[in-house]
Amino acid sequence: MIKVRNLTKNYGNHLAVKGISFDIEPGKIYGLLGPNGAGKSTTMNILTGCLAATSGEVKVDGHDIFEDPIEAKKHIGYLPEQPPVYGEMTPREYLSFVAEAKGVPFEKSLRHVKEVMQLTQIYDVRNRLIKNLSKGYRQRVGIAQAMIGEPDVIILDEPTVGLDPAQIIEIRNLIRKLGRIKTVIISSHILAEISAVCDHVIIISHGNIVANDTLEHLEAEASRNNALIIKIKGEKEKAQKLIGGVKGVLSAEYAEENGIVTATVQFEEGADIREDIFNIFAEAKTPILDMHSNESTLEDIFLELAYGNDERNASFEIPAISDEEEETEEEAVHAKKKAEKEEDDYKPLFSSSDDEEGDE
Amino acid sequence: MIAVFKREFNSYFINLSGYVFIGVIWLFSGIFSTVFNFMYQYSNYEYVLGNLTTVLMLIVPILTMRSIAEDKRTKTDMLLYSLPLSATEVVMGKYLAMLGVWGVACLGMGLTPIVIGMFGEVNFTSAYGALLGFFLLGGALIAVCTFVSSLTENQLIAAIGGIASSLGLYLLGSLVGMLPASAIASLVCFIAVAAALTAIVYYLTRNYIITGAVGVLTVAPLVIVYLINSAIFESAFPKTVEYLALFDRYNNFLGGIFDVGAVVYYISFAVFFIFLTVQSFDKRRWS
Repeated sequence: MIKVRNLTKNYGNHLAVKGISFDIEPGKIYGLLGPNGAGKSTTMNILTGCLAATSGEVKVDGHDIFEDPIEAKKHIGYLPEQPPVYGEMTPREYLSFVAEAKGVPFEKSLRHVKEVMQLTQIYDVRNRLIKNLSKGYRQRVGIAQAMIGEPDVIILDEPTVGLDPAQIIEIRNLIRKLGRIKTVIISSHILAEISAVCDHVIIISHGNIVANDTLEHLEAEASRNNALIIKIKGEKEKAQKLIGGVKGVLSAEYAEENGIVTATVQFEEGADIREDIFNIFAEAKTPILDMHSNESTLEDIFLELAYGNDERNASFEIPAISDEEEETEEEAVHAKKKAEKEEDDYKPLFSSSDDEEGDE
Repeated sequence: MIAVFKREFNSYFINLSGYVFIGVIWLFSGIFSTVFNFMYQYSNYEYVLGNLTTVLMLIVPILTMRSIAEDKRTKTDMLLYSLPLSATEVVMGKYLAMLGVWGVACLGMGLTPIVIGMFGEVNFTSAYGALLGFFLLGGALIAVCTFVSSLTENQLIAAIGGIASSLGLYLLGSLVGMLPASAIASLVCFIAVAAALTAIVYYLTRNYIITGAVGVLTVAPLVIVYLINSAIFESAFPKTVEYLALFDRYNNFLGGIFDVGAVVYYISFAVFFIFLTVQSFDKRRWS
């Protein structure tokens, strides 16, 4: 659907996007994830023809966005960061204008505009001036604008920024609905946002793509790094010996403080070593004061990929997820459960001060 | 293009600026016509138009200031960039909408000669010829001021810049007599203009290579031609300035002459500035 090759964008001396490449396949919801200033909006603006690239290639359905922009843009509906709506128009007038500009035939346009308004739930406010609408409605008018003309790909730049939680859920449901019929690309700096609706995640950091995979793969990758943290009353050597004897333990780190040893134990995938550990320590009459698993989540992976890059000097490689590695059934179930859990509790974990309400 | 035209044209009547523009021009047309035609009893509507050029100069920037600057400020330009329209279509749509508003104003003014005709003899051909010339003059001026609007995202700056440009074009005619006519002076003036042009190119592109190329390509031919045959430069600059004096071209219409040369001149003037506006609009995608 969309092919991006070695896309680079310089703003003067500042490299905003550093030679990224990726493919967008039809029928999926893609999430462009990254901290503020990572190059998400720049990338999206280039994909939609709003910005020229310094070098590289973008093909939309075989049409080059730089050589043949008009054909390419016909396949794309775009909602930029700030909804590009005219305050002095009503949603109905505005969408009719967009429909005409996108070349929707007049006899179709009335029905099409009505359908889109119903889908985005702005039909009730269709005759009010856009400048008098709330931010959530304006955002929906913006999304409706992107949907006009039935483009194959809908690109939404931070569609939920500045909305209240109820509106966020509504917009998310709308995106999910859209995802069933179209290819959708959304961007966000909030992981929960992406993991709630997307099938495929592209993590961007400092203008580079640091991960490009399905949500399931990334979750599986995250759960592979799980560790068990045990606090033991006793000496370090003894704890070392006992834990070493448990089947399935891969490695362990120990720290001793005031006669209490804290052990961080890495174990084999899918194994549950808690029972064995309990038994062994019980036999040795060494009390376990605390035992809990330190689940590494998608969030940790995101943090590591998106922010950890600085220290690692950009030569960071994505934890290789090769096809040979078979996913165990348990793992898949685990990932699914976590995805469900993620969906339930929405926490804007990485929202920073500059994602303000966006009022003028 | 038609979609953009319709939207823009309607927007001038939604936010009143179209009404204000038309109202002011009709008001002054009415005042001048009351004075010249009814109080002093001249039957020539051309005189009214000749005086209206001053008003036009001040009021066209008010019409054009929003045209592109406002889109930049509200970020609705992002919509225009992402729609399957070329920059030319967008700019033409906007330009034609302003021309439409201006056309409505001119149509209304077209009633005045008829009213005058009720009380005396009016040369309608000459009056409507002058009105058409006036419309074209306004069209050229709208193109210039639209270009100014495309350079900024502040409406006020767009308006002031537009008034300054119109005033410059207005005064150009009277400036000619004061300009030195010698060959070397002309060369210096041309080089100064080339330097200004280069500065504008730099402002638009922020690219040293393109700026340098424009600078060399404008200055070098001037110097070479001067070295080969300096006689060409004799009073060349005043002549060029005279050529650019937009408002002076209109004087023929006032004398009852339908100046086809001026018609072509106004249209090409407008086309040139629309071209520049398209470049300026498209250039923003590169910054």
